[in-house]
Amino acid sequence: MNYSWLLKMAWRDSRRNRSRLLLFMSSIILGIAALVAINSFGESMQGEINREAKALLGADLEIESRQPFSDSTRRFFDSLGAEIAEEVSFASMVLFPQNGGTRLVQVRAIGGGYPFYGSIETIPAGAGSRFRTDKAAIADNTLLLQYNAAPGDSISVGNLTFPILARVTKVPGQAGIATTVAPPVFIPLQYLDATGLLQKGSRINYKIYLKFSEEVDFNSLFENTIEPRLEKEELRYDTVEERKRETGETYEDLTGFLNLVAFVALLLGCIGVASSVHIYIKDKVSQVAILRCLGGSGSQGVGIFLLQITIMGLAGSVAGALLGSMIQFYLPQLFAGFLPVEVEVSISWTAILQGIVLGVIVAVLFALLPLLSIRNVSPLTALRASYESKEPDRLSYLVYFLIILFIGGFAFLQLDDWKDALFFTGGILLAFAVLAGIAKLMIWLVRRFFPTGWSFVWRQSLANLYRPDNQTLVLIITIGLGTALISTLFFIQYLLLNKVELTGSENQPNMVVFDIQSNQVDDITDITKEFGLPMIQEVPVVTMRLAGIKDRTVEEMKADTTTRIRGWVLNREYRVTYRDSLIDSETITEGEWRGKVNSPQDSIFVSLSENIVDDMKVDIGDKVTFNVQGVLMDTYVGSIRKIDWQRVQTNFIVVFPSGVLERAPKFHVIITRVDSAQLAARYQQAVVQRFPNVSIIDLNLILETLDEIVAKVSFVIRFMAFFSIITGVLVLIGSVIISKYQRIRESVLLRTLGAVRRHILSINALEYFFLGSLASITGILISLLSSWGLAFFYFETPFSPPLLPILLTFLAITGLTVLIGLVNSRGIINRPPLEILRREV
Amino acid sequence: MNPILEVKNLTKTYKSNSKPLTVLDHINFSLLPGDICSIVGPSGSGKTTLLGLCAGLDRASEGSVVLNGVSLDGLNEDERAKVRNRYVGFIFQNFNLMPTLTALENVMVPLELRGEKNIAPRAIELLDKVGLAGRKNHYPTQLSGGEQQRVSIARAFSNQPQILFADEPTGNLDEETGTHIEKLIFELNREAGTTLVLVTHDPGLAERTQRIIRIKGGKVASDTLTGS
Repeated sequence: MNYSWLLKMAWRDSRRNRSRLLLFMSSIILGIAALVAINSFGESMQGEINREAKALLGADLEIESRQPFSDSTRRFFDSLGAEIAEEVSFASMVLFPQNGGTRLVQVRAIGGGYPFYGSIETIPAGAGSRFRTDKAAIADNTLLLQYNAAPGDSISVGNLTFPILARVTKVPGQAGIATTVAPPVFIPLQYLDATGLLQKGSRINYKIYLKFSEEVDFNSLFENTIEPRLEKEELRYDTVEERKRETGETYEDLTGFLNLVAFVALLLGCIGVASSVHIYIKDKVSQVAILRCLGGSGSQGVGIFLLQITIMGLAGSVAGALLGSMIQFYLPQLFAGFLPVEVEVSISWTAILQGIVLGVIVAVLFALLPLLSIRNVSPLTALRASYESKEPDRLSYLVYFLIILFIGGFAFLQLDDWKDALFFTGGILLAFAVLAGIAKLMIWLVRRFFPTGWSFVWRQSLANLYRPDNQTLVLIITIGLGTALISTLFFIQYLLLNKVELTGSENQPNMVVFDIQSNQVDDITDITKEFGLPMIQEVPVVTMRLAGIKDRTVEEMKADTTTRIRGWVLNREYRVTYRDSLIDSETITEGEWRGKVNSPQDSIFVSLSENIVDDMKVDIGDKVTFNVQGVLMDTYVGSIRKIDWQRVQTNFIVVFPSGVLERAPKFHVIITRVDSAQLAARYQQAVVQRFPNVSIIDLNLILETLDEIVAKVSFVIRFMAFFSIITGVLVLIGSVIISKYQRIRESVLLRTLGAVRRHILSINALEYFFLGSLASITGILISLLSSWGLAFFYFETPFSPPLLPILLTFLAITGLTVLIGLVNSRGIINRPPLEILRREV
Repeated sequence: MNPILEVKNLTKTYKSNSKPLTVLDHINFSLLPGDICSIVGPSGSGKTTLLGLCAGLDRASEGSVVLNGVSLDGLNEDERAKVRNRYVGFIFQNFNLMPTLTALENVMVPLELRGEKNIAPRAIELLDKVGLAGRKNHYPTQLSGGEQQRVSIARAFSNQPQILFADEPTGNLDEETGTHIEKLIFELNREAGTTLVLVTHDPGLAERTQRIIRIKGGKVASDTLTGS
């Protein structure tokens, strides 16, 4: 094939069509821009994670335990010749004496030089290491802002009051948003005992950080000496490489998800490409027929237009890549609070190149479908315009296959899971199929039950839906898919917010007081009653670990690679309560509830929650052995409970009968409801001032925080959906403008025959109303279905669709379609018919 | 002398609503190089279908067409396109210029398809012959119907065809322009010594050819020499 001639013809032909070609190019710009922006940003972030790897962990090795480290373990660490730092952390209340504010925080008591890499960033600077020698505390910036406190004020942690030395703005390896629920307060480790907060039953994390000198071969020392020892002692640990991998993976998931949202924008653009090319090519059929009469081949005809489209696709992709490279500079602000490192974005040539290649591939793939139709144009068409070959091109099946393969392949690359990729591809194809089916059904119904008695304007607008070269299918797919995508994103956001709000609704408990020691229960009950608050629940909690199932020890089961028992069941710390009756969030699904053990010789029948039974592989009557703080206790599964986890209550996976654990070391939880924020503050203050070890979760505060987080996540999602929305609008404008060329003759003819402006406008408005309303209704239905699916299977929560937003979406999309259609027909109405005929035809 | 076009038992049947419709029924004729022949007949008699089959634009249901010694029957569409490009020229009733190409580019296309170089001077010379050298950079929409047909004639002669097929070349033109176009076709044809096959309704135009094949009901009703 003579490519230079094809290029020449492609260029010649484009001279009269550039504005139309630009339209199709514009459809893919935003999709590519979104992809390039996310990928460039992802690359910059991965680079930063690699560079800052050691600062993510703050040490070469971190070892964690729920128990204090034993002397022999400490001696082992000392023998390694490394620099050692320590941390003890737990949730606790703090009090700001200046204003009496109290708040649940994460107390982090630090000893030694942690972090060895990176630093705790503070205002004023340098306090991240100084607080250890100054007997001072440093506290999370947001916490201080929330309680109107500043460096120079003081903060009470348990029995001690520390001066606040500085505000903490950044902690190594921690994303800002992670500190929102329990903001960190750092104190020197040597004063921890004096705070009196380390009590039995508290949930405490002990950590040791190690830094090795450059000369030590860390990897071999770790593999040969350290790791075996840590495994033997069942201590959890994290190395720099491990942390780097985990952090990278987490953010790969994030960018993968965002990429899929961007990809949907690109797919919408592709439909725009296919529809523009479809109409464009219809105009070119006669030219191809002439070319064939003159001796050109079908492939030459396809070649000319394929070249045009490839070049336009390339131009669109380059424009999109440039736009994306600019947008990525905004992304660090968009993701502020979600990132573990500060990302400095730079131009990523790989992402740009990927974006351009991807753009050209999708433009060509989607343009090929309509293009193939001219491959077999008969030269006879030049003699008889009505001659049309009806044979479908076999190659089109190959193109369909390639498109599906491409969507699936791209989804797999982003999701890294073939099931998810299949689900995504299937969902997209199903949406396509439903929309195409609806469009065809509408065409069939209008033809079948055509209202012959209606007025001319109505008949004409309805007939437009099935006239030759109609845009019904393309517009319904484009508008419908756009609506489906945007509404799904909206419904999911609504679902998440609703889930949060549900918890905060009236008459639900909203304050949880925990870590109460047995001898403090009566006093705190009294305080609660003095404040006029209801004692909704008072439950004892005993911590224990699993020792065996059905006479097999946990160690045996861990060593058994064939076991189907899930790891979390074997490793977790169980927080268990005991009582003689069920509470209202529980129902027995199997077995029999036995709430009391009368003599020490009786068998102990425990009740398990539904969700652990499968993972533990046990049934009614099976033996389960627990290690209750050093004492082994054999129990039997007496009943299985279904628990409504949505309720704010202390729900337990394992419930013991009363008469067994009463003497075991334990703490207590009290649940109440406080209606005003002022009363809540005074109550918390009263409890914490008398009992500094007790922690209080104020659910209202948590709800506010969650609201903030959800709002931030929604903003990110909306930002990405914005690309789809604008692409959808562009595609809509493109489809409508391109269909203008088809409508002009008809409208001009009507004008010539005496139709007035109102007639033409009404016909167009009604036609676009039919298209817009049907597409948006179908789109909304698809989104309701997918949102319900996500709610039911993924978020496991009921979904009741919000009616007002549905109505608004319908009106907005339909209105926009009609508006674009009408603006488009203005050009026909405002000029004399002859002028248009000369110019356009 | 070998015939330039040989048509034997040519039959074309369309299937319409599962009922076969025979448009051409066992047509036979042949033309020698330089012959000028017209095909006439009422509307729907099968003239244009016959022209299309002779030029290899469609496949026959039965019979054969041999063009300049090449049988078109066994050729696929691309092979027939090559034959057209080498031996055939076309003039259409509705001009069929490519709207996105200028007059000059339209004339150059058949030569470019052959891969020939330095073709612009020849194309300009042809445009000059049809009196449009001054409008070579105009697009079809900027030309009148008569001018468009003159470009189309220049294009038809650009690849020096052995045989020229003209389908109602004056059908869309007023009488004066039509006469001018007729003159142009015959003059250029005489100069080049090309075989000419004209499909026309116009008895006056048919009379100017050497031979008139009259088609009626898909069959050759008469085949007469005019003495022109």
